[in-house]
Amino acid sequence: MSGEGLTVRDLRVTFDGFTAVDGVDLDILPGDLRFLIGPNGAGKTTLVDAVTGLVRAGGSVRFGGEELLGRPVHRVARLGIGRTFQTATVFEELTVLQNLDIAAGAGRGPLTMLRRRKGVPEEVARALETTGLTDLRDRPAGVLAHGQKQWLEIGMLLVKDVRLLLLDEPVAGMSHDEREATGELLRRISGDRTVVVIEHDMDFMRSFARSVSVLHAGKVLSEGSVTEVQADARVQEVYLGRASEPEPAAVPVAEEA
Amino acid sequence: MTTTTPLAGKTATKPPVTEPPAPFLERFRVPGAFLLGALLLLGIAPLVLSDFRLSLLAKYLCYAIVAVGVSLAWGRGGLLVLGQGVFFGLGGYAMAMHLKLADAAVTGQTLPDFMQLYGTGDALPWWWKPFADPVFALAATVLLPMAVAALLGFFVFRRRVKGAYFAILSQALAAAFAIWLVGQQANTGGTNGLTDIQGFFGYALDDPVNQRMVYVVVAAVLLVLMAAARQLFVSRYGELLVAVRDSEERVRFLGYDPANVKLVAYVVAAGMAGLAGALFVPAVGIISPALIGVVPSIGFVIGAAVGGRASLLGAVLGAIAVAWTQSTLSDAYPAAWTYLQGLLFVVAVGFLPGGLASLVTVLRRKRRTHNPATEGAA
Repeated sequence: MSGEGLTVRDLRVTFDGFTAVDGVDLDILPGDLRFLIGPNGAGKTTLVDAVTGLVRAGGSVRFGGEELLGRPVHRVARLGIGRTFQTATVFEELTVLQNLDIAAGAGRGPLTMLRRRKGVPEEVARALETTGLTDLRDRPAGVLAHGQKQWLEIGMLLVKDVRLLLLDEPVAGMSHDEREATGELLRRISGDRTVVVIEHDMDFMRSFARSVSVLHAGKVLSEGSVTEVQADARVQEVYLGRASEPEPAAVPVAEEA
Repeated sequence: MTTTTPLAGKTATKPPVTEPPAPFLERFRVPGAFLLGALLLLGIAPLVLSDFRLSLLAKYLCYAIVAVGVSLAWGRGGLLVLGQGVFFGLGGYAMAMHLKLADAAVTGQTLPDFMQLYGTGDALPWWWKPFADPVFALAATVLLPMAVAALLGFFVFRRRVKGAYFAILSQALAAAFAIWLVGQQANTGGTNGLTDIQGFFGYALDDPVNQRMVYVVVAAVLLVLMAAARQLFVSRYGELLVAVRDSEERVRFLGYDPANVKLVAYVVAAGMAGLAGALFVPAVGIISPALIGVVPSIGFVIGAAVGGRASLLGAVLGAIAVAWTQSTLSDAYPAAWTYLQGLLFVVAVGFLPGGLASLVTVLRRKRRTHNPATEGAA
């Protein structure tokens, strides 16, 4: 699996003169479970937006030897890069099964598309099992609990054999049990894949991160294992120290640039 | 959650797990309803309706054909196609041009009657000439609207024009097309349109027997297109189209280009509108700018809105019902209809987005708040 890691070099994103991401370098090894943390407005979501082609960016982002910058969103997705959003966006009027089947289907030929789905494709069945949604597969996604929607979103990335998952606050608004279950799910699916998680929840990060990058004001402030990052005086100053209060607001507003 | 080993390999070569077969009634509900509809339209209606009523029904069914396409593009795809008059008109004019040329040929003329009245010379405009060929004209009734929709859709969807902007653009196009037709009186018959059509591929249209034949053709086309649309609705493409409607951005992140998904629905809907326009001409005997401009274009979507745009049957029945109401009311109160049409549209879109087809579901949901998975009516 060598050469499939994510390499970011001097990434810059500017909105009307405001620099949201200011020369970020990242090396995320294949199979890593990397947490991106940082205060609101640090540029975490913007960084993911840039990697997935949603916003224009300068610099270089390479994954599996391919340059990602400059490609339209759906082309980036076809390279095996999937993301979720802060608010779970599943297709509410379609069933869990239909959601997963659509996710599995990019690249299907026109003839397959014009036919009715017969049964459950194998990769969909596996994703249902991995995410624990098998029993709910015929429910409309709109009636799922918040946590289940996030798992469905992750399942929608798993069905198409995504090699890099970028998850934007997957446990925001989840109950304690749901957080634990999500953490276990992330552990299971990383290893074979590279997983990058944007997170505000420090307990969650401490429990499940394999490595951590701390972003601050569009720059990488610190990087390493959980222990190393926690020991970093600068991190304590800008973030951990201040955020040791119970929990920061679940939805950062400043990042919706 | 059960712990399973993360999936490593990919692609299913094994046959997929089959779902348990649907219950008996469920399985025959749709084919049964279809056969019932076919029996009503092709068997009973011609027996019980007078020639006059039957030819009116043929006209309503033409609107219903447009509604099938509207149901696909708007109901499933979320594209508020407020300019279907353009495609209806392209199909209608393509057909009428051929029939006018054929009529003229019967009496030994080279020019249709209106060109002899308003025309500038003796020569047929170059773009009329190919329509003398019946195969070309028939193909053009469907392919011309589809080609225009493909070209327009390509630019519009790629530039991510959506929602109200798309609706306004469609509407403006319908207005522009009608105005252009009026301005080209020497070539298109202007405000009058192409009227007084006598024959339909050798059959005299004033003969009631041939009018009945036209009705049968219209009804058969409607049934075939409904079956085709139903297949599109339940196909994987249909599921994807709903996904694009509900969250276009998400679909893009799954590796699809939503522009192409929408384009297919838009082009198919345009082809259906074109075919409807082509059938409208022998059924009613006229095509004119007033039948394809802004007001008729809104009319095309109202039936679907009232009946239920996401439901194929709802859209078709809605289109027939609204067209029938319109003919009935506009005879008695010509001015009132326009207001009622607007009111219907606002009420349906604002208060009952699923149309009458969703009324049962809405009421049922109100009665018991805990509602298990009901699939959208198709």
